[in-house]
Amino acid sequence: MTVETFYQVMRRQGITRRSFTKFCSLTAAALGLSPAHAQQIATAMETKPRLPVLWLHGLECTCCSESFIRSAHPLAKDVILSMISLDYDDTIMAAAGHQAESIIDETIAKYNGNYILACEGNPPLNQEGMSCIIGGRPYLEQLRKAAANCKAIISWGSCASWGCVQAARPNPTQATPIHKVPGLAPKPIIKVPGCPPIAEVMTAVVAYIVTFERFPELDAQGRPKMFYSQRIHDKCYRRPHFDAGQFVEAFDDEGARRGYCLYKVGCKGPTTYNACSTVRWNGGLSFPIQAGHPCIGCSEDGFWDKGDFYNRLSRIHGFGIEATADEIGGTAALAVGGLAAVHAGISAVKRAREKTGADQ
Amino acid sequence: MTAVVTPNGFSLDTSGKRVVVDPVTRIEGHMRCEVNLDADNVIRNAVSTGTMWRGLEVILKGRDPRDAWAFVQRICGVCTGTHALTSVRAVEDALGIAIPENANSIRNIMQLSLQVHDHLVHFYHLHALDWVNPITALAADPKATSELQQTVSPHHPNSSPGYFRDIQSRLRKFVESGQLGPFKNGYWTNPAYVLPPEANLMAVTHYLEALDFQREIMTVRTIFGGKDTHPNWLVGGVPCAINMDGPMAAGAPINMERLDYVSSIVDRTITFVNDVYIPDIIAIGGFYKGWLYGGGLSGKSVLAYGCIPDKANDYSPANLMMPSGAIVDGKLQEVFPVDLRDPGQVQEFVPHSWYKYPDETKGLHPWDGITEPNYVLGAGAKGTSTAIEQIDENAKYSWIKAPRWRGHAMEVGPLARYVVGYAKGDPHIKEQVDRTLATLGVPLEALFSTLGRTAARALEAQWAAEKQRYFLDKLIANIKAGDSATANTAKFDPKTWPKEVKGVGFSEAPRGALAHWIRIRDTRIENYQCVVPTTWNGSPRDNQGNIGAFEAALMNTKVARAEEPVEILRTLHSFDPCLACSTHVIGPDGQQMAEVTVR
Repeated sequence: MTVETFYQVMRRQGITRRSFTKFCSLTAAALGLSPAHAQQIATAMETKPRLPVLWLHGLECTCCSESFIRSAHPLAKDVILSMISLDYDDTIMAAAGHQAESIIDETIAKYNGNYILACEGNPPLNQEGMSCIIGGRPYLEQLRKAAANCKAIISWGSCASWGCVQAARPNPTQATPIHKVPGLAPKPIIKVPGCPPIAEVMTAVVAYIVTFERFPELDAQGRPKMFYSQRIHDKCYRRPHFDAGQFVEAFDDEGARRGYCLYKVGCKGPTTYNACSTVRWNGGLSFPIQAGHPCIGCSEDGFWDKGDFYNRLSRIHGFGIEATADEIGGTAALAVGGLAAVHAGISAVKRAREKTGADQ
Repeated sequence: MTAVVTPNGFSLDTSGKRVVVDPVTRIEGHMRCEVNLDADNVIRNAVSTGTMWRGLEVILKGRDPRDAWAFVQRICGVCTGTHALTSVRAVEDALGIAIPENANSIRNIMQLSLQVHDHLVHFYHLHALDWVNPITALAADPKATSELQQTVSPHHPNSSPGYFRDIQSRLRKFVESGQLGPFKNGYWTNPAYVLPPEANLMAVTHYLEALDFQREIMTVRTIFGGKDTHPNWLVGGVPCAINMDGPMAAGAPINMERLDYVSSIVDRTITFVNDVYIPDIIAIGGFYKGWLYGGGLSGKSVLAYGCIPDKANDYSPANLMMPSGAIVDGKLQEVFPVDLRDPGQVQEFVPHSWYKYPDETKGLHPWDGITEPNYVLGAGAKGTSTAIEQIDENAKYSWIKAPRWRGHAMEVGPLARYVVGYAKGDPHIKEQVDRTLATLGVPLEALFSTLGRTAARALEAQWAAEKQRYFLDKLIANIKAGDSATANTAKFDPKTWPKEVKGVGFSEAPRGALAHWIRIRDTRIENYQCVVPTTWNGSPRDNQGNIGAFEAALMNTKVARAEEPVEILRTLHSFDPCLACSTHVIGPDGQQMAEVTVR
């Protein structure tokens, strides 16, 4: 039986070689790779069969799947038709009931040790695991079975990675992130946190695995370094306003209309590792701070329990040893009419830059 | 057991063969369905079980009410935003906060874009495979498919024989690869699928086109909310400040470029719905119009709260552009007003739910709701507590509570809204419904069916797409008149709040009537309760034995093959079930979490 490759699919759709090459370059860029890797991606797309994937859903809200289908490059359609073989995903699969469940057994039999287990959501341990039931049994059983025979696990989103909202205090169901599930086979786990993760980050992780036949390099917490090694704050387009002490003091004030820094209304960008300020959302269109709302830190472990969203982080250094945003902000407010104050602000900026570097 | 007649008029007979579908796929979340079939394979008893529970409301206790929208938004990522909108309304109601006109317009545009997106994705990616057979599309003649396309939708540009040949070729390669992906193990030889190959090819093609296009619909919400899924909201307005031509407008959340972007997406959304979604519903509906099962409660008892306030801060029925009201016992000539504050109207019951009340013969209004989980199977269940083979519906059997309006089980959702709107004589709804019925050549009664539910959803998507344009024009006109306000922060500081307040917020989620009830004490959440669309539709039996909307709609349907019950999927999917929404509930007394009782 012939197996269709990504390139063949694209060509048959009337996509030119030139467009295909451009797609590979864009993918390489999205992955943070040098242009030289574009050829490697092209080769992979031209020759590889589709990677079997079982995409299981535990306690979750389906926001990860919803994010995934919003990917602009590659399109979800092309991932599903040409890059992976999405053999089980109860959100979109045609089969139901025992015909659906038998697919897990068939996949294990056919691709033992060679399929990817993608987990959206997490299993509850309370109520005998029966606050999440699949086929009359605890979701935990389905998860353990699929994990025992997989090649590796992708933990989609903050539910699978950290526990997320249902695991927030007091975690009534004892919802448990994948890497902490008791009795789970020891497999490589890649965490792609966020509530949800950025669509293009999700598809880029899949594209990377399909292309290079390995996981991307992970940080100490198991996240791909290419997307989670920088704080939102580090690449935020409003960072110059932070450094200059120009803050939104209240929603819809003059600062809000000018795009000033949202730190004082609670922005968690300084403590959140994610690609929102670089990759941005929905095809690079925007991200929460650009649309005027502070970052709530949704890719961080336990972000629901780290204080109210509109309270500022207590003391973020970056203003020099003694200064806080209140002092700097006060200075900036005075600066509107006074050159001397402006100068003081600039000095603070210089100190801030030095200190930020040291804080890393 | 011999047949029993429920108070809401359904004759239940459990003597026939029991068929179980678990999991029910292509829904949000997890659910199970069991039915009894008689000797002619007709459904004579139906049991719907919500099979997940997350406990979000106890998690909310003690939190900052201004944060609640973010928590409850995570109830559901499919109807993302609708819980957040309902939550900020509940808090604003409690604290007496009025939002600016621009905030109202922006919220409406976001909510309407959700209606379009959710309905479109539901039809093509969750529901279509109940009617469309992608495998027989391989036998289609591309030229005949092109002619069909040009007949049903002359304006849609993707209609050439070559286009359909390419799609068919891609599909063939996909099938021949042996890696069927999402199409694996479908009921593709079942005679219940009646579309000719050309209609199947056209529909599969639009499955792919819709998958591409849906991502653009939601970019409207990325502009206003910063991201999608799960955009950002704000108590008191919207977080996206407007700066059209002042200093630093380029870095502002909303400027001319951003509004132009929204405008272009709104136009394209209207075109896609008119040229693809609506014609497909008519075309596919035409082939299935003899299949008029699944009416259930839709012709008897329906409920809508209304939504989309034209002017800001006025939630009275006259100002709501989506209709509100309750109809009971099939009396379409009488539409009752709905009061969410009245303790005698909305109540939740638990005798058949995995929760415990001190007195389970009574229902509780959400402001006074309590929920103590109690997972226990009935004596008639088969299997064990962690390996259920058969549910006992005479006992507790679902993680969903049973909400009732003045004691009545109600259907909610697009069809309920359209029935209420039709009964109230809403001219737009009457025109859409009458035109659709005339095109298909079916009587008004055909509306009360599985297909009617699916068609109402499409008509509502068409309405919502056009209303996005109305509110974008309104937003621009208001800015032009000199009003750029987007948030009222006078009461944003908790120090300004009274010691103790309560409020209710409501909306029409894509799946139906949604309301949140909140109590705030000493600036923190004391109690938070949500009654959501799938709690209504997926409800189990109540203290009187009334069956819920899913169960009622499955009754008396003939199944072609008991082992491949695609008819069950059709009707359940026609409600667009959202189980994560319906089964999150737990009240303030839930600190001692579920006790498990093993028989």
